[in-house]
Amino acid sequence: MEFVLAIGIGTLAASGVWLILRPRTFQVIIGLSLLSYAVNLFIVAMGRVRTGAPVLIAKEAGDPARYADPLPQALVLTAIVISFATTALFLVVLLASRGLARTDHVDGQEPEA
Amino acid sequence: MSGASSLIIAPILLPLLAGACMLLLNGERHRPIVASLNVGATVALVCIATILLGISDAGTRDVYRLGNWPAPFGIVLVLDRLSALMLLLTNILALASVVYSLARWHRAGAHFHSLFQFLLMGLDGAFLTGDLFNLFVFFELLLAASYGLLLHGSGLARVKAGLHYIVVNLAASLLFLIGVSLIYGVTGTLNMADLAARVPAVGAESRGLLEAGAGVLAVAFLLKAGMWPLNFWLPTAYAAASPPVASIFAIMTKVGVYIVLRLSLLLFGEDAGASAGFGREFLLLAGLATILFGAIGTLASQDTARLGGFSVLISSGTVLAATGMGQVGVTSGALFYLVSSTLGISAFFLLVELIERGREPGADMIAVTREAYGEEDERDEVEEDVGTAIVATMGLLGVAFIGCALVIAGLPPLSGFIAKFALLAAALHPADQPGGAIPGSGWALLAVLILSGIATLVAMARAGIRIFWASPDRTVPRVRLIEMAPIMFLLFICAAQTVWAGPVIRFMQAAAHSLHSPADYISDVLDTGASSRQAEGK
Repeated sequence: MEFVLAIGIGTLAASGVWLILRPRTFQVIIGLSLLSYAVNLFIVAMGRVRTGAPVLIAKEAGDPARYADPLPQALVLTAIVISFATTALFLVVLLASRGLARTDHVDGQEPEA
Repeated sequence: MSGASSLIIAPILLPLLAGACMLLLNGERHRPIVASLNVGATVALVCIATILLGISDAGTRDVYRLGNWPAPFGIVLVLDRLSALMLLLTNILALASVVYSLARWHRAGAHFHSLFQFLLMGLDGAFLTGDLFNLFVFFELLLAASYGLLLHGSGLARVKAGLHYIVVNLAASLLFLIGVSLIYGVTGTLNMADLAARVPAVGAESRGLLEAGAGVLAVAFLLKAGMWPLNFWLPTAYAAASPPVASIFAIMTKVGVYIVLRLSLLLFGEDAGASAGFGREFLLLAGLATILFGAIGTLASQDTARLGGFSVLISSGTVLAATGMGQVGVTSGALFYLVSSTLGISAFFLLVELIERGREPGADMIAVTREAYGEEDERDEVEEDVGTAIVATMGLLGVAFIGCALVIAGLPPLSGFIAKFALLAAALHPADQPGGAIPGSGWALLAVLILSGIATLVAMARAGIRIFWASPDRTVPRVRLIEMAPIMFLLFICAAQTVWAGPVIRFMQAAAHSLHSPADYISDVLDTGASSRQAEGK
């Protein structure tokens, strides 16, 4: 499972980085989204990868190693909300740039060929 | 909980409430109310920050526990000398900037005042918080507000610069998250004090992971601080922003610098075991490179606003390099320098628009390069009656320009000189080897600082000559008192910092001492929780 997760995060991050470096604004925003997915998965992975472990410690607490760490899940929730909001904000700027510059190039002008 | 420690949350709550009220009062009709609300809130923030500064000077760190959970489990706000100093600096800049914007800039777009208050909330929160993830939230808050403010006034140049600014900062935020989660994965805590307590105990097998996390985290902050080579977006963005916004943005790079200063000394100070001093050489070298890059940039820039942008780089490069020296004396000099240079640069950004007002766009470009730059700048000035001009405008502008140039370049008699003197005196006389040889890093810092001072001076003198002496086609700009007063206010603080340099330096030294003794920070933050829990139990 760790292997699949690692490959998944790596693929998402690599695609995201590649897309961020592309010259069109739409590619950049998709790249940012992919990168934020990779980062969110990474945060979850940092809380140790477990399956079927309860989050909350029950009455007969016992060994804390039997439980999943709830903090990374809280962090990831915050990170998702924030990255969603900033992506939406970026989308607005992207449209403004498209309208003002009449091109979707990130520099606001087509490179001279 | 005493009244003093409840006041710590006020710099976050007040802008939140003020900004939220302003959102409800939107529209042209309510603009006077909203504007006076903004000024009132900012004045109140300056007062609160002054009181907090007084409280912090008592020497103990005041801790405010959000939700009243004790330190390692809940989020805490920590007030010490450095955070109080940064709070006061932020809010003074904010006051100058908001008063300046009243002349006309606040009418250039919607929601200026509410965004401004949200930016202040983010800045104040970032300076106060004692928790890494909470820091991320405040960072996002101030960045989201800054995206809106950078675009204030609209126009192609701003949208273009804004687009780059947003992408760069979003990518940096993702790095921030990676760093935070790596550190959490290794140590199992996000509270800064608890983290500092646990760093020495991290085993050799996970130390690499911890340092990688800290490194990734540092990249996110250094990008915001404008460290070379992560700073190519900065001069363009700052030059494109409207003047009041650029003026408050002068503190934004200092947020990154502040965090680097605090975390590197807290987590990787002398007691940090195997990781002590992690990243110091890198900070020193990168800081020196940033100063050199900024110096070359000031010489190359033909636009006065870009000149300001490159001065921002020199300023944060200097503080970063000083952080890399890791000595108490150097740190206190760097803090003095940070305050004085930020005030000077902020005043300069406000001044730029006033002196550009009487000139045709692009007049300060050398004729040949104007061709090369090509595109006509879309100057989206709100051309309208700017009100009655004050007398002797050119004289006042000239004096203000000289004042800014002296502070930024670090020449006597203003505070910039004292700051650089304090910095270099400490760098050349390291406390650990009294009377001994001057370390190579001290010489390097000396050479680079003097060089950058000369470069700034040359660039400033050239700009001044071109603006005030060699412009036959200029008309005397109409400048209102309300625009001139904030600049004079900022320069007056620089002058006051010069006159009362003794007490100010003493404060900075005390701040630097407490920064360099992380053990006290840890015990103050973690023990407050324990002792007051006992008090409540009784």
